[in-house]
Amino acid sequence: MTSTLTAEQAQAQKEFRAFADRHIVPHADAYHRAQRTPPQTVELLAAEGLLGLPVAAQYGGGGCDAVTLGLLAGELGRACSSLRSLLTVHTMVAHAVARWGSRELKETWLPRLARGESIGALAVSEPGAGSDAAGVVTRLTPDGDSWLLDGHKTWTTYGETADVFLVLGRSPEGPTAVLVERATAGVRTELIEDLIGIRASMTADVHFDGCRIPAGQVLARPGLGLSHVVGTALDLGRYTVGWGCVGIVDACLEASVDYAGSRETFGTPIKDHQLVRQMISGMYTDARAARLLCLEAGRLRDEGDPGALAQTSMAKYFASTAASRAAADAVQIHGANGCSAGYPVQRYLGDSRVMEIIEGSSQIHQIGLAEYAFQERALVRRRQAGATPRSEGR
Amino acid sequence: MSMDNKAKIGEYLSRFFPVQDLKDDDDIFQLGFVSSMFAIQLVSFVEHEFGLTIDNDDLELDNFRSVGAIDAFVTRKLSASVAS
Repeated sequence: MTSTLTAEQAQAQKEFRAFADRHIVPHADAYHRAQRTPPQTVELLAAEGLLGLPVAAQYGGGGCDAVTLGLLAGELGRACSSLRSLLTVHTMVAHAVARWGSRELKETWLPRLARGESIGALAVSEPGAGSDAAGVVTRLTPDGDSWLLDGHKTWTTYGETADVFLVLGRSPEGPTAVLVERATAGVRTELIEDLIGIRASMTADVHFDGCRIPAGQVLARPGLGLSHVVGTALDLGRYTVGWGCVGIVDACLEASVDYAGSRETFGTPIKDHQLVRQMISGMYTDARAARLLCLEAGRLRDEGDPGALAQTSMAKYFASTAASRAAADAVQIHGANGCSAGYPVQRYLGDSRVMEIIEGSSQIHQIGLAEYAFQERALVRRRQAGATPRSEGR
Repeated sequence: MSMDNKAKIGEYLSRFFPVQDLKDDDDIFQLGFVSSMFAIQLVSFVEHEFGLTIDNDDLELDNFRSVGAIDAFVTRKLSASVAS
């Protein structure tokens, strides 16, 4: 389905798909089993310019639009959710630097991130603070013209291999975001293994023990690390995760249709069984609906429309829940084979569970989306009543 | 600045705050955030609605504290862009 894409976007998607089919799909199950992403694969993504695709051309990036970035995330998500996660966290960091970094930070880091010479990761979650990011206790203590950083971050995707971390800490002014190089004295990482999904994502605990951070490494300004910096990064992360889930649904659909056409029970291919068809029809519809929601989010993002935030939340929420449904049904259609390492659908099942938790759990999105619904309805009521907008509450 | 701009700002902000009458000088930070994404929604709205770019130097809370403050900020930014 490419009817809403420009010719350039459609061509880009074709190239992303060919790249994923050639270089990632054949190896994704092996990455999953090994719980590692080979550095050569990251280097290949960088060499193809894919990691820097959305970074502005003036910094050496591809300067692509949001829809094109989404198409890339979709194709990577279809092939391997771990590598799609790499794209997500890396572009979140680059986006936050581009939006809220000082001129010096942009000139230092954006070319490196665009070329993939440095890999970025987001260090926000802590053992005691996940969805409630305002609850982080990592400390940023002023010390002369720098900060001292102390804390323990967890669930940092690609934290084991990242070169630079966007860290949310708490300074006297409130939540504060800083860029921290891995090479900084006092940084230590520990790989977290045996995750239920995105098992190749090199997810890690990251410890910061008395790290000295130059004052110029702060993004935006102290106190605005969550509301502006992490908020900006998270919004983009939701967008690419949503697209990655479109890819998971596509992968489940492709695997299920192929399998249902070849597997026979009771003397007939299982695609002839109505209850199998019911599952495939649901997947097929979800794939289309999730893609359309993500495309609309991309369009609004490209227009700079403030409604893009709500649309992105909706797209991520729907696509991630659709991925869960599709993966569960794909395993069901594959029967015992679907529970084995011999078929990728068991990988999709674990990956889809993670998608409903990261970048805002489904429940966090439900809370926010309901609020948007109330706001929209109140606005309509005010306009219908012909009231002066500021003369009424909701 | 014109009442049109204040009306646009007021209408947008009124979505978020359960008050009966959002006055020009009501401090929206004292009314409380309704969403962790409110700040970047507000930045996005101001940039999109008035065709300007908000930089790090603009991130003073006083620029966004009320309908009147946002209107004054927008006026200053637009004037500066015309002058430069």
